[in-house]
Amino acid sequence: MSNSYPVNTGSSVIGLCFDDGVVIAADTLVSYGKMARFFDCSRLYKVNQTTIAGCGGDYADYQFLHNLIEQKQIDREANEQGVDLSPRALHSWLTRVQYNRRSKFEPLWTSWVVGGIDEGKPFLGFVDKLGTAYKDSIIATGFGTYMAVPVMRKFYDDKNGRITRDEAIGLMKKCIGLLFARDCSAHNMYEIAVVDANGAEILGPLRATHDWSNVKEHRTS
Amino acid sequence: MFKEMQSLANAQMTDASPHKVAGFYPYADNGGTLAAIAGDGFVVIGGDTRLTTGYQIYSREASKLTKLTDKTIIGSCGCWCDSLTFTKGLHIRLQYYLYENNKPISTNATAQLVSNMLYQKRFFPYYVSTIVAGLDADNQGAVYSYDPVGSTERHRYRAQGTAGSLIQPFLDCVLGRGNQTAPEPEKLTKEQAMIYLKDAFMSAAEREIGCGDFLQIMIVTPQGVEEERFKLRKD
Repeated sequence: MSNSYPVNTGSSVIGLCFDDGVVIAADTLVSYGKMARFFDCSRLYKVNQTTIAGCGGDYADYQFLHNLIEQKQIDREANEQGVDLSPRALHSWLTRVQYNRRSKFEPLWTSWVVGGIDEGKPFLGFVDKLGTAYKDSIIATGFGTYMAVPVMRKFYDDKNGRITRDEAIGLMKKCIGLLFARDCSAHNMYEIAVVDANGAEILGPLRATHDWSNVKEHRTS
Repeated sequence: MFKEMQSLANAQMTDASPHKVAGFYPYADNGGTLAAIAGDGFVVIGGDTRLTTGYQIYSREASKLTKLTDKTIIGSCGCWCDSLTFTKGLHIRLQYYLYENNKPISTNATAQLVSNMLYQKRFFPYYVSTIVAGLDADNQGAVYSYDPVGSTERHRYRAQGTAGSLIQPFLDCVLGRGNQTAPEPEKLTKEQAMIYLKDAFMSAAEREIGCGDFLQIMIVTPQGVEEERFKLRKD
């Protein structure tokens, strides 16, 4: 019980549904408190060709769950050929694991963004350390809820929810740039995971620039 | 290097944690409001679709109502992870009931089951507000409300959740009519009940930040369940 606190932590994860797929982005920094500790840690995970996930919070807890998910996918490949772990199934499973651990007062201190193609349609879901879960077309964790969500919502509304793959990737880059400028535990090296009908891939590591014009554009004062 | 790390960690130490972080608390208040009105041959239940933590909106499209059978709806809000777990568990129990008895569960049996399931967690409760709305054996509307540990009562109308304390007095005024001397209104219709629900949620959304985005209404009649969505303030 007294051991329930995060040690080495990742920062925000942001995700967005576009016309026929999903993007998730996160930087590669893992911090020890306020110290930038590990610079090159991927927090995005390609589960299979239909499912991707991103994780913030305690990095050890992420690695623990990463291993479990990896094994689940391997079991499926071995025993149920052609039946991949779908994003909806992974989201639901994470919900139960996280809730069970919080009920034992031994939480896995993580927040997840799970995305992918589920029965032909884009799927994006959130799970946190309590097992709080929801599905939405725009999701962010941590500081991203303040910095990235308003920018993504505005973009989404301006386009009436019709966003191409390239626009979605561009928007992720912009939001990561905003986070890099304003979140002291964010980093300029980041990755973007994209999934659509053609499969999943992780782009990067990419590098965000110190672009303050981008930041000023979104200032309200 | 390791020694430097240690002293750096000690400098920031709060309790057991090497960093300044909040301790673990297993509950969250994710807001949400529910209200239900029963009548002769119908019941309507409404819930907003806003999901929050503090001043932050998680989602504007999180449904708090679940259809259990053709005659029974449950609404659950409060600590969202508990709501999800509770309704999931309830679904499983109802499937067992269906397979063992070869018929869907009645509204009043559901109402008792919900109470028992909440009380089973008496010493680590599901931190949720619950309303069960449905038709009873005589096709009369029934509304049951619960506290987190399963204390329950049947009502004609009931509001719960963040804006429950705003909506309940309004419903008391237009439906309860305690001590009012004006002539008795006509018998409550389904349409009038819907208008009361929409008015109640619109007013609540004006005054309570935890309530807003959309009002989802489920209308239960002997013919089945209908659903309606109504826009609320989105700010």
